[in-house]
Amino acid sequence: MLAEIGVGSLEELFDRQIPTAVRLQRPLDLPAGMSEHEVYAHLRELAAHNTSAEDELTFLGAGMYDHYVPAVVDMLMERSEFLTPYTPYQPEISQGGLQVMFEYQTAISELTALAVSNASVYEGPSAVAAAAYLARIANGKPKIVVSRGVHPHARAALRTTASAYGGEVVEVALRDGVTDPDAWASAIDQDTGAVIFAQPNFLGAVEDAAALAQAAKDESAGGPASDGHVAGSGTPQTAVVVGSYDPIPLGILRPPGECGVDVAVGEGQSLGNRLDFGGPSFGFFAATEAYLRRMPGRIAGETLDVDGKRGFVLTLQTREQHIRREKATSNICTAQALNALAGVVYLSWLGRRGLVELGELLLQRTHYARTALTSVDGVEALHEQPVVREFAVRLDAPVDRVIARCQDAGINPGFALAREYDEYADGLLVAITEQRSKADIDRLADILGAAVAAESHPAGAHA
Amino acid sequence: MSDTLTIFEKGAPGRRAFTCPTLDVPEVDGLLPEAFRRGTEPRLPEVSEPELVRHYVNLSKRNFDLDSGFYPLGSCTMKHNPRLHERVAALPGHARLHPLQTPARAQGALELMWNLERALAEVAGLPHVSLQPSAGSHGELAGVLLTRAFHADRGDVRTKVLTPDTAHGTNPATVTMAGYEVVKLGTNPDGGIDLDDLRAKADEDVACLMLTNPNTLGVFDHNIEEIAEIVHEVGATLYYDGANLNAIMGISRPGDMGFDIVHFNLHKSFTQPHGGGGPGSGPIAVADRIEPFLPRPVIVRGRDGTFDLDDERPKSIGKLRGFQGNYGCFVRSYAYIRSLGAEGLRDASETAVLNANYLLARLRSLGVADELPLAFGELCMHEFVLSGAPMKRDLQIRTLDLAKRLLDHGFHPPTVYFPLLVDEALLIEPTETETRETLDAFAEAIAEILREAAEDPSIAREAPYTTPVRRLDEAGAAKRPVIRQAL
Repeated sequence: MLAEIGVGSLEELFDRQIPTAVRLQRPLDLPAGMSEHEVYAHLRELAAHNTSAEDELTFLGAGMYDHYVPAVVDMLMERSEFLTPYTPYQPEISQGGLQVMFEYQTAISELTALAVSNASVYEGPSAVAAAAYLARIANGKPKIVVSRGVHPHARAALRTTASAYGGEVVEVALRDGVTDPDAWASAIDQDTGAVIFAQPNFLGAVEDAAALAQAAKDESAGGPASDGHVAGSGTPQTAVVVGSYDPIPLGILRPPGECGVDVAVGEGQSLGNRLDFGGPSFGFFAATEAYLRRMPGRIAGETLDVDGKRGFVLTLQTREQHIRREKATSNICTAQALNALAGVVYLSWLGRRGLVELGELLLQRTHYARTALTSVDGVEALHEQPVVREFAVRLDAPVDRVIARCQDAGINPGFALAREYDEYADGLLVAITEQRSKADIDRLADILGAAVAAESHPAGAHA
Repeated sequence: MSDTLTIFEKGAPGRRAFTCPTLDVPEVDGLLPEAFRRGTEPRLPEVSEPELVRHYVNLSKRNFDLDSGFYPLGSCTMKHNPRLHERVAALPGHARLHPLQTPARAQGALELMWNLERALAEVAGLPHVSLQPSAGSHGELAGVLLTRAFHADRGDVRTKVLTPDTAHGTNPATVTMAGYEVVKLGTNPDGGIDLDDLRAKADEDVACLMLTNPNTLGVFDHNIEEIAEIVHEVGATLYYDGANLNAIMGISRPGDMGFDIVHFNLHKSFTQPHGGGGPGSGPIAVADRIEPFLPRPVIVRGRDGTFDLDDERPKSIGKLRGFQGNYGCFVRSYAYIRSLGAEGLRDASETAVLNANYLLARLRSLGVADELPLAFGELCMHEFVLSGAPMKRDLQIRTLDLAKRLLDHGFHPPTVYFPLLVDEALLIEPTETETRETLDAFAEAIAEILREAAEDPSIAREAPYTTPVRRLDEAGAAKRPVIRQAL
């Protein structure tokens, strides 16, 4: 091969192209390579040092949930034809992936009752930040009003990106477990470009989404677009109403498109994706028709080939970075095609009735769990709002120590709200999935009760 | 045509795959106020499991994939994805680990991430790593936000970011999102940055220069030390787009070239499967002076050797996303690095460069270079750019036609019409995991298409013929967008 190239050695290939001063003159300081079985054993050993949902009965949620991933999802995700190609730049040989995107977009549109969906973005919290950026380029207004019921990581991601483009993030407190309607209305004004709430919110409470959206439209009406930003014709000058939705309860909850929400985003992990210590999963991003040409990310569209056969292509690419460069609606390039495939396969597996049945099951079990836990001494509800898959309680004992005790007994009781909320230092957030049965919930109530009792009495702590 | 019906057009009312668990708690009415309830259920598919499986397996057969054939898509590094990585990533200790598990009970994951950070730092030649960004574009955003925070911390307000005209589109798009103005730099006859243009534009308003090296022409910019000096002279940072890192692992390090911030594409150099367009992962490595601003949390190792997540980072740019990043990708890339080791990584890059130069030489000796000359230079790094301009003039076929005809030969075409500064560009990256026989066959296919075009250019112009569909009406799709199944 060297002779064909016309060089004497591999070294020469590099000597002729890279200046000596920037060549690494030593081997990389990394361990030597290993054979396949050694690597497997090492990775298995690391896995053994984690306590996964396989090892304990977990009620941890707070943004990612231990739903069952059906076997068909694993089988399809492992297929070479889905696993190993890249973005379908050559549609003639990518019809499978493109049609999956089209089907995924249809499923997300149905779920959200919104006209348009892209083919997915990275994950949930950054999707919230992306929605705020869409509002920014749509109306140019500086203020972003966000409920403290939105996932703390989403609010953090929003602040990180908004600060760069001059967005001013204003947080609205919760009252009785939901976004305080008075504080919400008074935070929103004519300079508000986006408002963001979560459904259900981080404490598990179902928000009055329609009321929040209506208040946002009323309070933000009438402001002019700032100079330097071109608002598209027909783009309303009221704030863009963004809802960050959990997709699982959307079989039973009034969808964003029927609540006056303009852009619905959310974490897609619950839909057929593994926990994977936080990723990869996917974010969904759906909107009303008005925002189609400002959407970030890939979009698949239907068309015909030269023989009149139905086919699919990436479309509306003039929004995207590889065409528009600095004028693109987003810098996003790769989406989460494989994870979105898992999402649409999962939704098809659940099916039309299945999503509703799953929602009803979780509604009943979550209510049962809240009742069971709050009848334990030292445990009370943090709020009384309707809950559909997750709820918050207050403990009359140090939460971290209660959690540690429960974990020693093989149960992870949930998320210590103090990790993210100073105002809920005694709070515990408990999530229910179809994998947590009544018997599991009863066991949680027993173990949690014992742990709270032990930790609420000084002597018990050392027993 | 039944083979293009969507899943929504199949099935029948009442059909299903899922069996819901029996309600095992007392049923209570009125838990959800009517006003909050959904009126009509979402019209999801109604199919049985066999139908579901058959539908998606049949769809998969309408995809070309790396496991089936050569995929020399330039700047995408379509190297083999070892199956071991899928096996270890699926171990329940990794796959079913909740991201909010107490760090004391996620020590294996934190150790893996710590080890991966150390390995990436060594490859980059920069001491600190954050694994958080979700993809290359996200890593770029992190890098420009870090630059902004670095300048702001010193009370320095800057407005511009320099990007060469060879840059990936994500670079300028990122600059805009991060609130800076894009200033473009020209390219010199060698394919590197025009130094005079850089000197003229590098001033105290410049926050950063974003550079890919080797760049998207497959050219290693041999002026890199001087470029770094000019950029640092005006107090700006130098950003390394790691899309082309596969050319230099263990051979040359961005940190040693003078770069302050680097992003990696774990889905390119480090074998995370591309998944049909994601997931990816875009860790960043940075110099000491950038470290205080890294995304939070960071992984720390205590004196006793245990690992923890540190969220108390007052100067941090904050978070870019939820949790700790795409851990599943970390597992795969870590497995890759441990499989190859130091020597193996260097060998991978050497072979990638060897393969690219061999393919280029084969094309030359087959006479292809007359119609498709190398755009810049004599040799190349891990990829190279041909110009289809002579082919278009002499044979009346465009680069697009050549690409479409390659489909009939069973190859995925190279990247086409990028980089933008090369007329009728064809960007070819074979990677190290292809055999000489494959490279020979690909070169022969290109030569054959040119011979065929000399006789009858209409054959290529109307290609492909053997694919599930033929050329598609993309303009029509954009004009009247149909982006969901009508129900």
